[in-house]
Amino acid sequence: MFAYLFDMLRDPNAQWILLGSMLLGLSSGVLGSFAYLRKQSLMGDALAHAALPGVCIAFMLTGSKSIFFFLIGAAAAGLIATFGIGYVTRHSRIKQDSALGIVLSVFFGVGIVLLTKIQHGGSGNQSGLDKFLFGQAASMVLSDVITMAVVALILVILCGLLFKEFKLLSFDPGFAKGIGLPVAALDQFMMFLIVVAVVVGIQAVGVVLMSALLITPAVSARYWTEKLGVMVVLSGIFGAISGFVGTLVSGLGSNLPTGPLSVLAATALFIVSVLFAPKRGLAAKVLERLAVKRTVLRDMQRQVQVQSVRQPAHGTGEEGGL
Amino acid sequence: MNDFWIILTASLVACSCSLLGCFLVLRRMAMIGDAISHSVLPGIVIAFLISGSRDSFFMMLGASVIGLLTVFLIQWFNQSGVQSDASIGVVFTALFALGVLLVSVFTRQVDLDLDCVLYGEIIQVPWETIQAFGIDIGPKAVWALGLVLTVSLLVIGLFYKQFKICAFDPAMAAAVGIPVALFHYLLMGLVSVTTVASFESVGAILVVGMLVVPAATAYLLTEKLSLMIVYSMIVGVLSAVLGYGMATLLDASIAGCMITVAGVLFVAAFLLSPSHGIVWRKLKQRTQSKRLAA
Repeated sequence: MFAYLFDMLRDPNAQWILLGSMLLGLSSGVLGSFAYLRKQSLMGDALAHAALPGVCIAFMLTGSKSIFFFLIGAAAAGLIATFGIGYVTRHSRIKQDSALGIVLSVFFGVGIVLLTKIQHGGSGNQSGLDKFLFGQAASMVLSDVITMAVVALILVILCGLLFKEFKLLSFDPGFAKGIGLPVAALDQFMMFLIVVAVVVGIQAVGVVLMSALLITPAVSARYWTEKLGVMVVLSGIFGAISGFVGTLVSGLGSNLPTGPLSVLAATALFIVSVLFAPKRGLAAKVLERLAVKRTVLRDMQRQVQVQSVRQPAHGTGEEGGL
Repeated sequence: MNDFWIILTASLVACSCSLLGCFLVLRRMAMIGDAISHSVLPGIVIAFLISGSRDSFFMMLGASVIGLLTVFLIQWFNQSGVQSDASIGVVFTALFALGVLLVSVFTRQVDLDLDCVLYGEIIQVPWETIQAFGIDIGPKAVWALGLVLTVSLLVIGLFYKQFKICAFDPAMAAAVGIPVALFHYLLMGLVSVTTVASFESVGAILVVGMLVVPAATAYLLTEKLSLMIVYSMIVGVLSAVLGYGMATLLDASIAGCMITVAGVLFVAAFLLSPSHGIVWRKLKQRTQSKRLAA
């Protein structure tokens, strides 16, 4: 196994794939922290599901499996989906959670209809399209991997450049509007970045579980810190580790999809965060409670001692009264 | 005859899901339904690996346990400071990933396909029949789903008043002494059982769709809970029947077509509903502004 891992790490193609999935995890972790703070975590889930019909239509129209056309198709579908969710919640009494559920399931349903249509059509080139559901990083072509890595890198750089704006947008959109930032445009732009992250991740992680890479690293990072800058960096690192581990383990077996493995790696990091994070973690909370209990007990003992020293005759009577 | 069984199965799924979906939509928990329908997968697979059979009872037990665990975890994370939508996202993706991984690792032992997990194998329903007293009495899925629907109807019917108050005003329900948490978990238990029963035949996605879309459509059509339940069942059955027709026409996934039709019906209600439709409201606004101008 170690020999195999060593081989894999030396193979240039595998190196690219590993690098690509690390960058993908990095970018989705970074974007996910903003989505988390803006309470739009499940938007990523809806967008990832909604990308499927876009990808299928792009394939039907062009007949090629080029990531570029998929990007256009999925971005269009994602924008329609965000618009639909916003329109339904604004113009009827349907709440956001139902709107998300409706858009997610209906878009995915349409996507599956198209997918089965393509598979039954048998145009010869369609094999591997079903890999989009759960992802298979090992089956990616080198040019696609490079595209994925470059796009992910661009996403991270854009987030770095717009960090101040996104920060303001996440914490106080009213104030951001007040000082003259184009809030609506920034909002749409962030949505677009999430769509792009979802789309480049489709081949590696799959549409079904792509949302986890947006949500889980961000939630884990939130456990460790109270500062946005630190959180974004940590979340990116968590995402990169998940992508790396998922791709590596998925290469070990022929039948292991990459998406679930990356998600489980992210979940393992999340569990570690829940248990051992300073201050917010479970262990820290238990320790804190114990410490408080100990100080309170000590204080009470001291009080009782003081009281019994002052009034040796009444000490017992007062304790009974408590 | 096969067409009949498939449509009957789908209609039963639609009825049970839209019955429970009404309460989920009213309590703003539509995404919890989504989460449960995904996260029962590891329960199904583990029950399958332990019992070694497709015995529905074990599967339902395993999956119901996981379903309730999902709800419990979501609430626990939410109370410990994670935002509610993020805690839903973390919990269900983790469990679903575990399930998918188990399916692909034990793919020999588990007679489940990854595609089937997502969009089911409703086409095979008529062939998996059960026998009683030596007579073929119809597909297993129909009996299981019929049983689940009966149980849901009975539970909701018996405690209709309590569920209604919990759906509209949980604070008041707690004030008048209704055990809100108990009814919450009862509803979630029903959702899990329904999901599992529907899972094999229609897959995770149709369950999500049927939980949310017909109920939301009915929500646009009426102001009464009892009518909302009836309407959502009608919408659900309608999308099952029309969806099957569309699937045979297009030669595409049956579950996918059914949700597509449900989506079309939702858009129709969204535009044309007499009380809440966009078109009528716009028309009313126009006539009113004309009257004001005149």
